[in-house]
Amino acid sequence: MTIKETKIMNQTEPLIFEISSPGRRGFTLPTCDVPEKSITNFIPQNMLRKQEAILPEVSEIDVVRHFTRLSQMNYCVDTNFYPLGSCTMKYNPKVNEESARLEGFTNLHPYQPIEQCQGILKLLYDLEQILKDISGMSAFTLQPAAGAHGELTGMLIIRAYMKKQGETRHKIIIPDSAHGTNPASAALCGYEVESIQSNASGLVDIKKLKDSFTRDTAALMITNPNTLGLFEKDILQICKIAHDAGGLVYCDGANMNALLGMARPGDMGVDILHLNLHKTFSTPHGGGGPGAGPIGVSEKLKQFLPVPRIEPKDNTYVLNHDCPNSIGRVRAFYGHVGMMIRAYTYLLSLGKEGICKVGEFAVLNANYLRHKLEKYYDIPYGKICMHEFVISAKRQKKKGVSALDIAKKLLDYGFYAPTIYFPLIVEEAIMIEPTETESRETLDAFATAMIKIAADIEQQPEVIQKTPKTTPISRPDEVKAAREPNLTGCPRMQVFSNLLIIIRATRLQR
Amino acid sequence: MDYIPNTERDKEIMLKEMGIPSFEALLEDIPKTLRQFSLALPHGISEPEVLKILKELSERNASTDKCISFLGAGAYEHYIPSIVDHLAARSEFYTCYTPYQPEVSQGTLQVIYEFQTLMCELTGMDVSNASMYDGSTALTEAALLSIRLKEKNKIVCSRAIHPEYRQVIRTYLKGLHTEIIEIDSPEGTTDIERLKKVVDDKTAAVLIQNPNFFGCIEDMGAISNITHKHDALFIACVNPISLGILKPPGEYNADIAVGEAQVLGNYLNYGGPYLGFFTVKKELLRKMPGRIAGKTVDSNGKRCFVLTLQAREQHIRREKATSNICTNQGLLALRACIYLCALGRTGMTELANLNIQKSHYAYERLCTLNVFEPAFKKPFFNEFALKAKGNIQVGKVNDYLLKKGIIGGLELSRFYPELGNRMLLCATETKTKESIDRLIAELSKI
Repeated sequence: MTIKETKIMNQTEPLIFEISSPGRRGFTLPTCDVPEKSITNFIPQNMLRKQEAILPEVSEIDVVRHFTRLSQMNYCVDTNFYPLGSCTMKYNPKVNEESARLEGFTNLHPYQPIEQCQGILKLLYDLEQILKDISGMSAFTLQPAAGAHGELTGMLIIRAYMKKQGETRHKIIIPDSAHGTNPASAALCGYEVESIQSNASGLVDIKKLKDSFTRDTAALMITNPNTLGLFEKDILQICKIAHDAGGLVYCDGANMNALLGMARPGDMGVDILHLNLHKTFSTPHGGGGPGAGPIGVSEKLKQFLPVPRIEPKDNTYVLNHDCPNSIGRVRAFYGHVGMMIRAYTYLLSLGKEGICKVGEFAVLNANYLRHKLEKYYDIPYGKICMHEFVISAKRQKKKGVSALDIAKKLLDYGFYAPTIYFPLIVEEAIMIEPTETESRETLDAFATAMIKIAADIEQQPEVIQKTPKTTPISRPDEVKAAREPNLTGCPRMQVFSNLLIIIRATRLQR
Repeated sequence: MDYIPNTERDKEIMLKEMGIPSFEALLEDIPKTLRQFSLALPHGISEPEVLKILKELSERNASTDKCISFLGAGAYEHYIPSIVDHLAARSEFYTCYTPYQPEVSQGTLQVIYEFQTLMCELTGMDVSNASMYDGSTALTEAALLSIRLKEKNKIVCSRAIHPEYRQVIRTYLKGLHTEIIEIDSPEGTTDIERLKKVVDDKTAAVLIQNPNFFGCIEDMGAISNITHKHDALFIACVNPISLGILKPPGEYNADIAVGEAQVLGNYLNYGGPYLGFFTVKKELLRKMPGRIAGKTVDSNGKRCFVLTLQAREQHIRREKATSNICTNQGLLALRACIYLCALGRTGMTELANLNIQKSHYAYERLCTLNVFEPAFKKPFFNEFALKAKGNIQVGKVNDYLLKKGIIGGLELSRFYPELGNRMLLCATETKTKESIDRLIAELSKI
């Protein structure tokens, strides 16, 4: 198989303010059909805006071309293999988009009378039941807006549970391989974070866990499979240690794709689990959201779930706000319903067998790729992996080529880069997650590129260091971006310069 | 349908190449006891079968397309230009992730930069982030910022802020040793005399929504002055559509302006996903939560955009980060960006004007009937509260309207027990004179 550099992307696009021209407009509103009065009849002058907002003045086709061209400056799952470890960039089925756009869902107001919302409430309730089935948890709330929001909700539940037990535990234990959101969520809740070092196999160190998990510890926050893509084989013992010390186990479900149909966190003894609908359940990542981070809990924690709860009542569904032990509300309304519709569509499509195949082929694809690369790159942990694996570019680093350089070279070959420099416990980490929606041929092509890069590093490392070359921009100056923050396009200046152009043009005409 | 391209034949070839006897060998780390379960989930079905089920479910809802709705209260019906759906449906936008590799993510990064610029223009603030989950969490993160920055633990909050937003603040702040003091608004706007007495040097921030939950416009300038006398942050929670005409937070010296930008080209979606926005004065830049895009140059000197100031964020700072937020509302910020570009400079002013004209027409007509009287007498933007006259009950009025295909207002007693028999009605540009007149005609029969 040969691998070629490709140059297919749009290379440049001005800012929308730079194509603004006085008097142009991209949308016409209906004319006012009620008797129009002066605004000051209704609202005193001192409550009104002094200076109008300088928004762009562009035609409809300007807007269409601008955003279409911008879109052509992105790699995405629909154009390129996107092996971004920990993010599960699987294919986003189009039928999901179709169902989420049904007018009976999109144009539904959250405060409409409950009898007008029975279709959506049934869908949400059924989705909760399916997630319970897949994860082995006792109850779900779909409300959290993203994984990190699910973590926060989970931490609040832990605090409420401990308070009800009459305990004031102030510590959360988190392995050093965890996602950054884990300690950040615990800290946001006022918890002190204790990081524990992983053992030589990259797993939770049982002895250290036993020693650290004291009566001050509210919970262990664990990711399984962990961020190295390894299944915590001592998970049953880990949960027992936490429970024996009167604590709880929170599981970050970012890596749930590996477990679909293979094993259930609820059966492992996990007390709280968050799922990422935008990872495991195929809802699109949207360039950074919206996601959705439902959380599942064990029976004893059900009472603490955020309000409102969706409940069946006499053949209908209601929203119950009256839950005295609930942590309260974690957001307005009921959550990212649009994403839930997509996930529900996906789960109905897949069914029981499909779900099991996801876990199976996610693990198969990752191991296949791992096998193809293991001769060329160091793989510090494990002999097999679950849905992802982490290689180290430390061998390549000796030639002066870093994980970052390798990532950038992959862009030239038409692949999005894997996650790099995470987890923190691997030197020059490159974290690869192929997902189940990629074919053997795509994996072969990616492996060929990685192997060629490894060979080129031996021969001419400087070539790899100067990549990427085919992309709309070369490597950006990130230091300049942080030292001299320029965070807005300053349209006032733009209007001024456009005016100058007009003035000059008029002078010329004279 | 399972979307998995590899077949059993591929699986065999792959296992053989790996020298692995069977797939089960790859699961050897999973304890056997965990492998013994069966799923209750039914069998998978085809696309037409799935769509049939989803269509049936969607049709069991009564959408605002089928009725005339006067509901607002934090989620608003506005017309969405066709280009918003068409452009946001480009999969280059919706199937990529947070732009970690700027070289192949300039589309998303420039969109964020333009979104930040547009939000700053609209609010009159200096800096915007890339988005928050929704209005309620944006407001809560603003309160958290003030507590961290000022190292004080008292939050003063108007009771005329959306009740669900206040509930979220309470949830987040519970256990953080913070005092939340709520100020009533007996006349429809925050009681400024009471506020003056409550705000003191222990106050980290004062939170006000404008227009507030009752639709009334607050005296933001006066409250801003009171707040700043006590070295507290003034946090404004605003409706971006209103800023086409109403005074923006930058003009009354707000320190942080947040809000719900669902109104900018996003559907009602039964409450989500929506779009929180977060803007600040430049002094607070490095205290901000969330992603921020910045302009820089590449190694050839070409202008480009990157995610910047990441030293605030969880993936770098872990437990010391300014927030735990990671995934935000990228695609909805894109929609807002397209919406604002399409409406443009004159469009946003016209849109705000239409909202004022329609709501005031509805209000004036409604007040001529024998059914309602005004609940408050304060200037408002596009929603207003009415009180039922005599022994008329708002619940019954709504039931009656529903039978006529009209969704009436939100009963305020749901959140404010003391405001019994009052409802909050909203009329945006989507309400034609004909639809408002129909409401009046139906009500005049009572």
